[in-house]
Amino acid sequence: MSATDHSDVTRRDFLYVATGTAAVVGTAAAAWPFIDQMRPDASTLAQSSIEVEVGSLQAGSSLVVKWRGKPVFVRNRTPEEIKAAQDTPMADLKDPIARNGNLPSDAPATDVDRSAGKDKENWIVMVGVCTHLGCVPLGQQGDFGGWFCPCHGSHYDTAGRIRKGPAPMNLEVPVYSFISDTKIRIG
Amino acid sequence: MSGGHSTYTPKTGIERWIDARMPLPRLVYDSFVAFPVPRNLNYAYTFGGILAIMLVVQIITGVVLVMHYASDTSLAFVSVEKIMRDVNWGWLLRYMHANGASFFFIAVYLHIFRGLYYGSYKAPRELLWILGCIIYLLMMATGFMGYVLPWGQMSGWGATVITGFFTAIPLVGTWLQQLLLGGFSVDNPTLTHFFSLHYLLPFVIAGVVVLHVWALHVVGQTNPTGIEIKSKTDTLPFTPYATVKDAFGMIVFLAVFAYFIFYIPNYLGHPDNYTQFNSLKTPAHIVPEWYFLPFYAILRAITFNIGPIDSKLGGVLAMFGAIAVLFFVPWLDTSKVRSAVYRPWYKLFFWIFGINAVFLGWLGSKPAEGWYIPAMQASTLYYFAFFLVIMPLLGLFETPKQLPNSITEAVLAKNKGAHAHPAGATAAPETKG
Repeated sequence: MSATDHSDVTRRDFLYVATGTAAVVGTAAAAWPFIDQMRPDASTLAQSSIEVEVGSLQAGSSLVVKWRGKPVFVRNRTPEEIKAAQDTPMADLKDPIARNGNLPSDAPATDVDRSAGKDKENWIVMVGVCTHLGCVPLGQQGDFGGWFCPCHGSHYDTAGRIRKGPAPMNLEVPVYSFISDTKIRIG
Repeated sequence: MSGGHSTYTPKTGIERWIDARMPLPRLVYDSFVAFPVPRNLNYAYTFGGILAIMLVVQIITGVVLVMHYASDTSLAFVSVEKIMRDVNWGWLLRYMHANGASFFFIAVYLHIFRGLYYGSYKAPRELLWILGCIIYLLMMATGFMGYVLPWGQMSGWGATVITGFFTAIPLVGTWLQQLLLGGFSVDNPTLTHFFSLHYLLPFVIAGVVVLHVWALHVVGQTNPTGIEIKSKTDTLPFTPYATVKDAFGMIVFLAVFAYFIFYIPNYLGHPDNYTQFNSLKTPAHIVPEWYFLPFYAILRAITFNIGPIDSKLGGVLAMFGAIAVLFFVPWLDTSKVRSAVYRPWYKLFFWIFGINAVFLGWLGSKPAEGWYIPAMQASTLYYFAFFLVIMPLLGLFETPKQLPNSITEAVLAKNKGAHAHPAGATAAPETKG
């Protein structure tokens, strides 16, 4: 069987290892569909983008739309709200990152980077899911006049930035764009 | 079985025929009739049997409720209302199942506290204790997923918060959360996942219960003195002594259970769960089921970052740590004496722990604001200190009381005070059952 005197590896050893490897890989391959079937299916993934008409929103009013099963807040902010957010020193922010899907991932959480951008600072679009444990924050409440999560007491300011409470991050700004002056596409 | 060989002797021909082929009657006889139990067991030791009954109640009521329930987000809520209004005895079956979950947890908490008080987890019962901890974890998973099925506001938002715990885990957290939810938020796939697992897990629990009872019958039961069985006079046969005592405990327990079912069936529930789940509107004040409240308080006690761990991950770690620490109790307790009866300092810290646990539960039902937050933090600190500091140190510094030489001696010494006549232990077993 063994071709050389100094080799301890026999053909049987090879067969053991080969069989064992095939069994492990085969079991993993067979198990994967049973795990993967629980993940979001094609119809869930298909709900990727929606268009929202925002022309009717006066300054100081908001609407909530459902995107991927989650609420998205669209708010036309008042000048006072914008000023309050712009006047906040960066040092006061718990999370200094913009968390804006339309900007580089290290963009700072300045008011303009949280909003729809230069000249559209009045618009703010955010996923209305508290970054703590997923409740829906209530609008225009809390210590900073922005959003307040009733579940565990997280306070967000008028730019949706976390200021107080257990949430670790600013409210997420989804990928979105104005496709006309009065219409946005989210996703 | 502990301390001896089988004493089963088949009497009839058919019993001998079965015994030679598959000795199930022998196993039952040895485990539940002749099995020797310590003669000094008190009513704290009846919760094991009560828990077995509650598992059976939950499985039977659950199986029949499934005949009428629909696990689809458009139907789930109304199908539960249909059970309440239209299905014959549906109201009774559902209230038995819903309150049964609560009473299952009442019994398991008393059972766990019994174990902590009498040191039931110490060698050679570490695996017995760990199997119990696994059952408790499975019960929590089952209870949580069952609460989602009626598809009320607390169902959906409880599921949102609890699956949100997983997002705190670095790297794989979001992937895991989406695996559980079957999407990006609590929706139809979440309901069907949880329904399937809620039906499965009780049978897994039943399997682990078999291992738990098996381990118990290898090492034998502990008893209030914490001394091992040394002679035959220390024990009584399981039947009739333990059987009757367990049965009496069950009747009293089930009487209280029945009071809840018939008179205050919604006392332990939450009115918001009679409102259908709305994924765009969170109720003003989310609370989990009462049996999770102490852990909910621990979760919310961590409002500060600890080094690289942010407050969110810290809270989740503390909450899971509060359960994980139970698995290590057999090695955290360094005392050579089992029972708190002979450990004056442990007894004191144990009762403080019990009161603290109830206080944590009460805090868990309160919003995270004002003085509740420092109270949650102080209470959480004691919870962990009890296991991680007090238990290891007490074993080194505490001077235990003099232990009796045997269970029989302890029983006789106790009865000497009550009776003038020196009744032999075997002469009056009914007073020590």
